[in-house]
Amino acid sequence: MSQVQGGFTKQMARNMFYGGAVFFALLFAAIVFHTEQRIPERSNAAAITPQVVAGKKIWETRNCIGCHTLLGEGAYFAPELGNVIERRGPDFVKAWMKAQPTGAPHRRQMPQFNLTEQQLDDLVEFLKWTGQINTEKWPPNIEG
Amino acid sequence: MSTHVLKYESQKVAKLYFVAALALFTAQILFGLGLGLQYLIGDFMFPYIPFNVARMVHTNLLIVWLLFGFMGAAYYLVPEEAETELHSPKLAVALFWIFLVAGALTILGYLTVPYARLAELTGNDLLQTMGREFLEQPLPTKLGIVVVALGFLYNVSMTVLKGRKTSISLVLLMGLWGLALFFLFSFVNPHNLVRDKMYWWFVVHLWVEGVWELILGALLAYVLIKTTGVDREVIDKWLYVIIAFALMTGILGTGHHFYFIGLPGYWQWIGSVFSAMEPIPFFMMTVFAFNMVQRRRREHPNQAAVLWAVGTSVLGFLGAGLWGFIHTLSPVNYYTHGTQVTAAHGHLAFYGAYVLVVITLISYAMPTLRGRLANSRKAQSVEMWSFWIMTVGMAVMVLALTGAGVLQVWLQRLPTSGAMGFMATQDQLAFFYWVRLAGGVVFLAGLVTYLSSFFIGGEPVTEAEAQAASHGGGVLRRVPAQA
Repeated sequence: MSQVQGGFTKQMARNMFYGGAVFFALLFAAIVFHTEQRIPERSNAAAITPQVVAGKKIWETRNCIGCHTLLGEGAYFAPELGNVIERRGPDFVKAWMKAQPTGAPHRRQMPQFNLTEQQLDDLVEFLKWTGQINTEKWPPNIEG
Repeated sequence: MSTHVLKYESQKVAKLYFVAALALFTAQILFGLGLGLQYLIGDFMFPYIPFNVARMVHTNLLIVWLLFGFMGAAYYLVPEEAETELHSPKLAVALFWIFLVAGALTILGYLTVPYARLAELTGNDLLQTMGREFLEQPLPTKLGIVVVALGFLYNVSMTVLKGRKTSISLVLLMGLWGLALFFLFSFVNPHNLVRDKMYWWFVVHLWVEGVWELILGALLAYVLIKTTGVDREVIDKWLYVIIAFALMTGILGTGHHFYFIGLPGYWQWIGSVFSAMEPIPFFMMTVFAFNMVQRRRREHPNQAAVLWAVGTSVLGFLGAGLWGFIHTLSPVNYYTHGTQVTAAHGHLAFYGAYVLVVITLISYAMPTLRGRLANSRKAQSVEMWSFWIMTVGMAVMVLALTGAGVLQVWLQRLPTSGAMGFMATQDQLAFFYWVRLAGGVVFLAGLVTYLSSFFIGGEPVTEAEAQAASHGGGVLRRVPAQA
């Protein structure tokens, strides 16, 4: 009843494993190589200013991904931020971060990160650039 | 025979690793319950342990305890497969303490120092690697992981090189080397977020849907050989076919993460086609486990280990296979991406495939590390109960999260105009989150039951008793060997 009896030997199974793994690894590497060439255009890489880079660092060192999603990846505890500038506008985002935590009882709380005006601007620039990435029209609507 | 159940003295180092793994597992679950509560009572533990910190602890503990489990499993299995003592038991013990202390310091760092400060203190500016999901560890910890992994790989590889080379130990080694190799991508963090995300998946996806499956297959095959007495030739053949399909579908299956993060649209085709086939190896694993148990040539006294092994194959298929499939096609994923559906899949896949395979190994190995072939009937019975309680708890959690995800898609994603906002949607999901929390409490009860089984004494079941009791059935009825 098992599929691997009869003429199918262990050596054949092993060869299928090695052959298949190597073939698909190479194919994957080739496609990734092609994708690499496309990334600058799809991500509008020319618009990555030092401010965007600084903003990404703020994003990372405050562990924002621990609550939020960015392009759908991260934790699912707080809103998607890939399109937050489009949804809320830069001023709202900055004001929001300054006002945290809300302290509303039993509501989810966002920590106060005490960012300087410069750091807030960097973060906004990073999120603004992120919003321009060609994501194949994801998310489906403005709510993220 | 009963005085020397352990074939090689150096296998004993595995015990340290297993004990640490279970302790960290328990801590992981406690943090998980806290997170489940924060979904409902948003300010629970705030500002002392904000959600992002608790989640980082929860997921990092998972990774670390599974790594402890894999390493312990390798230290236990490799000497027996290679028929020789471990190259250096002392190195294994030293690396254990280094890894444990480094891990504990990292978790303490997360809990006591603001993350941005931790990044400053640990030299994140030298090479920015922190703040990416699952790879939040400070630079020294990441470097420590590499050092520990290299020392560990050196140790087990040398052991295999000087001894018998079996398919199981070779596949296990390939899996472990792959694990270390792909971890190196955690040091790759380009300024371009799209590139960053693409290489990030080289660690995350090529671990759990790639090389870890080799480890999973090898561990499962090992326990099945030991507990069923089926010919190695047969089991090896299954193992190779399973891992062949795992990599042939899983490598290009990476594409299912590349749909909406800025990469070219062709990934939607590649990802959909290949990841739709990813359940195949998991289904084969289920057929494999049932088949081997039915064709068993012996009644192993440790029937609890057999239950965990069969459980791994079934729940691995459900979690990684089925729950992966439901949201893997790009037109579906367009709506489910980043919703609670992902959380549902993540929980069941990790539990079914990796948590259970590590427990399978622990369940098989631990009695022998304590000087007996199997635990007492009473202890095994409690252990089997713990499997069912944990599994039911997990099932409740996963169904609740799936329900939450479906409703979330309905309210927040599907409407083209007037869609509900994120937080308003979350309020509508409260019922599901309460059920999820209840599932989590049941899971914890199962874990406590499991841990308590280690403290139940009684006369160990012997080989002879197991044979005599075989008419009772065991996990599955035995099918006489076909001509």
